[in-house]
Amino acid sequence: MTEFVHPALLFIVGAVPIAFLNGAIRKAYLLLIPVLAILAVLAMQPGSYGAAQFLGQDILIAKVDKLSIVFATVFTIMALIGMVYALHLTEAGQHVAAFVYVGSALGVVFAGDYLTLYLFWEGMAFASAYLVFAQGGEKAVRAAFRYLMVHVTGGVVLLGGVVLHGLATGSFLFGPIEAGPMGAGAYLILAGFLLNAAVPPLNAWLTDAYPEATVTGAVFMSAFTTKTAVYVLARAYPGTELLVWLGAGMALYGVVYAVLENDCRRLLAYHIVSQVGYMVAGVGIGTELAVNGATSHAFAHILYKALLFMGAGAVIYVTGRRKLTELGGLYRTMPLTVALYMVGAFAISAFPFFSGFVTKSMVVAAAGEDHRALVMLALTMASSGTFLHTGLKLPYYMFFGTDRGLEAREPPGNMLAAMAIAAALCIAIGVFPQTLYALLPYPVDFEPYTGVHITESLGVLMFTALGFVLFLKALDPENTISIDTDWFYRKGARFFMWFAERPLARYEKAVSDVSETAALPLLHGTARAGLRADLNGVDAVVNGVARAILGGGGTLRRLQTGVVTHYVLAMVAGLIAATAVFAVVWQ
Amino acid sequence: MIESIVDFFGDEAYARQRRRLLYLVLVLIVLADFLVPREHAEYLWERLPGWSAFYGFGSCVLLIFVSKFLGHQGGLMRREDYYD
Repeated sequence: MTEFVHPALLFIVGAVPIAFLNGAIRKAYLLLIPVLAILAVLAMQPGSYGAAQFLGQDILIAKVDKLSIVFATVFTIMALIGMVYALHLTEAGQHVAAFVYVGSALGVVFAGDYLTLYLFWEGMAFASAYLVFAQGGEKAVRAAFRYLMVHVTGGVVLLGGVVLHGLATGSFLFGPIEAGPMGAGAYLILAGFLLNAAVPPLNAWLTDAYPEATVTGAVFMSAFTTKTAVYVLARAYPGTELLVWLGAGMALYGVVYAVLENDCRRLLAYHIVSQVGYMVAGVGIGTELAVNGATSHAFAHILYKALLFMGAGAVIYVTGRRKLTELGGLYRTMPLTVALYMVGAFAISAFPFFSGFVTKSMVVAAAGEDHRALVMLALTMASSGTFLHTGLKLPYYMFFGTDRGLEAREPPGNMLAAMAIAAALCIAIGVFPQTLYALLPYPVDFEPYTGVHITESLGVLMFTALGFVLFLKALDPENTISIDTDWFYRKGARFFMWFAERPLARYEKAVSDVSETAALPLLHGTARAGLRADLNGVDAVVNGVARAILGGGGTLRRLQTGVVTHYVLAMVAGLIAATAVFAVVWQ
Repeated sequence: MIESIVDFFGDEAYARQRRRLLYLVLVLIVLADFLVPREHAEYLWERLPGWSAFYGFGSCVLLIFVSKFLGHQGGLMRREDYYD
């Protein structure tokens, strides 16, 4: 047994046979590959693998350490859960895209150099875009194109940064950016990473595309793109002050938008922005506790966010509706879905004995230890907002509330099974945090279950519930959409098209009109006049001269008869004439 | 069992019991907050029992009304056909 099998290879090469398999064999195969990948990650030893030279640059396909192993562990577990959830799909396309997507994310996690990282980074963008395209319909296709264009732009920014950084430092190996003033390359790389982490104002691709993806595709998307971004930030930019404030800001940004949201999966997508804010802030604080917190929170987040997306997806799958204003009263027909969804909701809200409690609190505690009171208060406020929306508002309007009389039933067994696995893990992490803590990059000296931590968390959460009960009417979802930063490129693109179709096209028409009505006739007239002058003037003179010369020549030629007697006669006549002149003159 | 728990939180018949349970839990949490030991309190508010309840309620109300204000008066919320 070799000590390193690249799990990315398992997924990307493993995607090929999917199209050729059918029925039960395909289902078994779809589960086998993630299981093999989990085993490959468990068997992995830290070290460097696949070092090579490419175009004179050092390439390192896989660099394995604790940070990459913890992300790879949750990615492979998530791949298995996502596959169970998607098992009922008959079309191969989505499975292939999901495999390539997971494989690319794992490729990024192990990438030891920027060029390998970049290739897998772009692979992720294209594979995940397919999961939106696969939904079909004009709305989804438009959102998918926007998603793809934003990510390709981000990829170009990243590549530009990689090249500049490589030229400046002389190495393309991927590691912590040197402390001290960052160069333009480092800032461009950071911008590329922040785009994938959905940090405002670069966040709108997420909340635009995820609600339009397929029911099963959105589950994969919620897990991988933003969390690989958290991984690369934790790898390259720990302790970057800017990230603390961006993270705290985005934690609140997400919950503010979630109040306004009517689409259930868009609401959950805004909570990805909010939760990734904790991780970005943790990476920015950069202490061992903070990076541990960011990493473990990413681990927990992947599982509970997937669970929430699976719950909302089950409702969409069964009812075909996604707007909170159209849902309600489903708890009677879908009690298991409700219960499993609520496990995810308690986990994201950080209730004791659920996963968020043992991970989110590490980030908040790290902010406290680092004497950042404002960040701590902002993150605590965001926790309140998280429970308010994913734990109270969304389930209330989706499952309880006004009964819309929708025909519903529990989703297929594989969907429920996937949700049950995720829910079990959310609880297991919350009850036995030491197993997760042992995986973290730094040794953990943190005890989540202290009396004061439990009462404080419950105080924040349950009094949020009181606020919800008292102001329920103010939270009623409204049939609207919210303007986010995608306004700039959605309206901007429209303005560009308007500019091209109206002013630019009109200017072009005016120019061609002027040339057709004034410039061209003038040119034609001038040309005709020139032709006439040429024919009648220049040609006449030239022809006249030529004719005169020809005529003169003809006359002269008549004199040159070639007969000797004529010449003699002419000479005699000349002599006589000369003699006559001489005689007259000299008289 | 799951069905009966879900039913308890959904059915109108249990509305009064639900409300009573909530208030009971709220009182117990605040009481417990007065009893737990606080040796690591770094900030002023961490030493105040009941602070987290106050802060949680305040955060919730602030988030609801600031967001709705931004949505309605700040023009963030638009008709669904806004981009069409």
